[in-house]
Amino acid sequence: MMQRLKPFLTFGLLIAVFMLSGCSDMVVLDPKGPVGEQQKDLIMYSIWFMLFILLVVYALTAFIVYKYRDRKNHKGYDPDNEGSHLLETIWWIIPIIITIALAVPTVKTIYSLEGPPEETKDQKPLVIHATSVDWKWVFTYPEQDIETVNYLHIPEDRPVLFKLTSADSMASFWVPQLGGQKYAMAGMETKLYLQADEQGTYEGRNSNFTGEGFTDHTFDVMAMSDEEFEKWASETKADAPELTKEQYDKLMLPGHVKEMTFSSTHLGFVNHADEADYAIKARERLGYEPLIPHSKAAKEKREEEKEKKQQEQEESESHGDSHAH
Amino acid sequence: MKWDEFFVTGDPLIYGADVSIVLTMAGILFYMTRYKKWKWLWTEWLTTVDHKKLGIMYIVSAVLMLFRGGVDALLMRTQLAVPEAKFLDSQHYNEIFTTHGTIMIIFMAMPFLIGIINVVVPLQIGARDVAYPYLNAVSFWTFFIGAMLFNISFVIGGSPSAGWTSYMPLASNELSPGPGQNYYLWGLQIAGIGTLLTGINFLVTILKMRAPGMTLFRMPMFTWSSLVTMVIIIFAFPILTVALALMSFDRLFGSHFFTLQGEGMDMLWANLFWLWGHPEVYIVILPAFGIFSEIISTFSKKTLFGYKAMIWSMLLIAGYSFLVWVHHFFTMGSGAAVNSVFSITTMAIGIPTGVKIFNWLFTMYRGKIQFTTPMLWSLGFIVNFVVGGVTGVMLAMAAADYQYHNTYFLVSHFHYVLIAGTVFGCFAGLIYWYPKMFGYKLNERIGKWVFWLFTIGFNVCFMPQYFLGLDGMPRRVYTYSEESGWGPLNMVSTLGGFMMGIAFLVLVYNMYYSFRFAKRETTGDAWDGRTLEWSTPSAMPPFYNFAKIPEVTGLDHFWRQKQAGKVEKLTAKDIKKIHMPSNSGVPFIMGSFFFVLGFGFVFDWMWMAILGGIGVIGTLIYRSFEYDDGYYVSVEEVLETEKISK
Repeated sequence: MMQRLKPFLTFGLLIAVFMLSGCSDMVVLDPKGPVGEQQKDLIMYSIWFMLFILLVVYALTAFIVYKYRDRKNHKGYDPDNEGSHLLETIWWIIPIIITIALAVPTVKTIYSLEGPPEETKDQKPLVIHATSVDWKWVFTYPEQDIETVNYLHIPEDRPVLFKLTSADSMASFWVPQLGGQKYAMAGMETKLYLQADEQGTYEGRNSNFTGEGFTDHTFDVMAMSDEEFEKWASETKADAPELTKEQYDKLMLPGHVKEMTFSSTHLGFVNHADEADYAIKARERLGYEPLIPHSKAAKEKREEEKEKKQQEQEESESHGDSHAH
Repeated sequence: MKWDEFFVTGDPLIYGADVSIVLTMAGILFYMTRYKKWKWLWTEWLTTVDHKKLGIMYIVSAVLMLFRGGVDALLMRTQLAVPEAKFLDSQHYNEIFTTHGTIMIIFMAMPFLIGIINVVVPLQIGARDVAYPYLNAVSFWTFFIGAMLFNISFVIGGSPSAGWTSYMPLASNELSPGPGQNYYLWGLQIAGIGTLLTGINFLVTILKMRAPGMTLFRMPMFTWSSLVTMVIIIFAFPILTVALALMSFDRLFGSHFFTLQGEGMDMLWANLFWLWGHPEVYIVILPAFGIFSEIISTFSKKTLFGYKAMIWSMLLIAGYSFLVWVHHFFTMGSGAAVNSVFSITTMAIGIPTGVKIFNWLFTMYRGKIQFTTPMLWSLGFIVNFVVGGVTGVMLAMAAADYQYHNTYFLVSHFHYVLIAGTVFGCFAGLIYWYPKMFGYKLNERIGKWVFWLFTIGFNVCFMPQYFLGLDGMPRRVYTYSEESGWGPLNMVSTLGGFMMGIAFLVLVYNMYYSFRFAKRETTGDAWDGRTLEWSTPSAMPPFYNFAKIPEVTGLDHFWRQKQAGKVEKLTAKDIKKIHMPSNSGVPFIMGSFFFVLGFGFVFDWMWMAILGGIGVIGTLIYRSFEYDDGYYVSVEEVLETEKISK
């Protein structure tokens, strides 16, 4: 008998061990801001319910399978036992109650995530446009009139309102330790509030598949004090070069680029939320031809990219950490 | 089109595949010619309209596709086993996960279940065939041709790489150039026609062909689940057909339904896709639920607990399946109200599903449980499927889903429901009805090895993925860094994946072993069954199924007859001549023309597509002038087949 139960037990134990040991290490369960915090609370709340359900089902299964297995001197066989109003009512009602118990906090949290976090809602949020291009992120600070590529600076303890859009494929803007994601789509704008309560560097990425360069479609978020942020913004405004339309158009070509900083924004040329086909037109203007993935030309290009990537890696290794912004 | 764009070159894996394809083809040609099997193949299989043979062909194709999809899976798991692996490059990896998903859902899970439905449902309702046997053959050949068209993509032209969801604008000409995405569009489109026809065929079969006395609420649960599935197919598949057609227009004729240019709406594709795609999930799970109901009841020696509640919960699930599609994109910024509504409808699916779980458990309560292999798979289903179920409820909580979305948490969830539900169901059903199809059981001892290897491997493979998801690993990345810390769990997951692969090989070995050595069944009642399919005198029912159509007096009619010791014996005076449909080669030929049509569209060779189209229409016209009403099986032949003396 124990042998039949073994898989169930091992399985339960495995979950327990993982739950106890691994939780605090997993980024989603280790949030550094109020948005991620709310989501973590909801997740943990649901996990307890789910473990309870699993426990009930497993205990019941083990009991029934053990007690009513076919053997000599089998007792209690009743082939006409084919329903019970009482029992069936119970297992219609209990799941309904559980569903309600889960639905209420879910709906509350959904509504709460639509706005800035409760504790900082009287502060004016910092607005950042995040635009996804295959396979890079363009971040625009309209108030500061600066723009960065593939990295972000944000002040801590202040809500940040991200206005998300895409120049081409549908992407998903996600910084797991700050909070859940939202899609960025060409021709429209979605809004996402995030906030960091601790200084530090957080990894962000596109998590919605966008083709060949998807895996490296990432960025870093650096959360810093208000003063540091203001200092960085004004220095950038003063020191960084301006973004020209030619340069911006080149960014529209599929491929990866290194981190970049500009003292003006692309919003003067285009807002992809209004003009969905800008990137496609820019590619045409630059004579870019999409290549059939298995053609000779595409393979050659892929080899080139690989070499380029390797060179860059070697360079950045010899220069030490690239995060000395 | 240049040759370097036609044949896929430059990858040793692909060259290996090329060689093995050519060798297999040559081997088959040699064997068939050497042993003079061509005529047998044509008359017995390619032209058949017998639902049992079509069912077997569906299942054989599905097992082959399981192999193909499984190899894809193992290639992916190999690439992900260690950080920064160089086994596959990004493009190749993307093609593999796209074909893995598409093949497993469209060309493995669905045909496997439709195959079992084909074999079992007419027998379970006491019918001689389906309502439209010829149409049934057309369904099979369109499915088969669609699958083959999709499959050759990896050696000719290159596979699609935009994911099985093919979100626009990623799947557009600008971002996915070449024939790959067209393979997806036309493979699915052609196979989808067959599925829709199956839906209509079996809906009519179940409603109109039941044996006298079998009212709706006396139908076996598997027939019920098939009926509900057919209704879902009829409502869902036209959506897919239209969506695929619109995308084909975008790609081939420059329209702008979903593109970036010309006010196209990429969201529209996502909505249409999931309006079909979510019900599709239930198309591949409800028949499995039906299979488990039959097996658990049979091997507990008890009537199904809460029969009516089982039916109502299934109808409820079917209804819900059309009301939850937005949960696939809670993150599309549709607003709090929309997300709340779809959160609640999605969670609500857990209620009838939970009811079903408890009814299965209580079917065993006060029973006499026998641990046969089909029963083991069913118990394994209960234990593992609830994990998928509860994590499904977690995903349904939109505010939390913002964190799970597009991560391995989701990947793990849907594998827990699709493998523990559908794949376990397919295996359980295959083993359970194997003696009905081939006249002998699969070996039980080897079968138990398969079960334990597969189930343990499955958990080792997918349990770690929940934790990878919570640790921020997104789905569909082809590699990850050492620093991410995802290495160890991915390695564990890969090992589990290979364990499942080994289990599959042992399953195939079991088929071979049992073919050689298994004891042949002498009666039609291999498992002491309860429903009509077990009531045929011979182990494998003759092509007309029942010499005399049974009359049904209640649920589990056959079982109750056996209990009362009143199983009717056929006598010579019961036998009348039987009307049966004639075989036809037209469905196979029509399928071949569909292949020409699809291949033409894939490469944008319009002359070829038109040629294929003319062929398809030609076979349709030919059929409409065919005045073949079938034929009669003489009383003598029936008597001889049933071994009854006059």
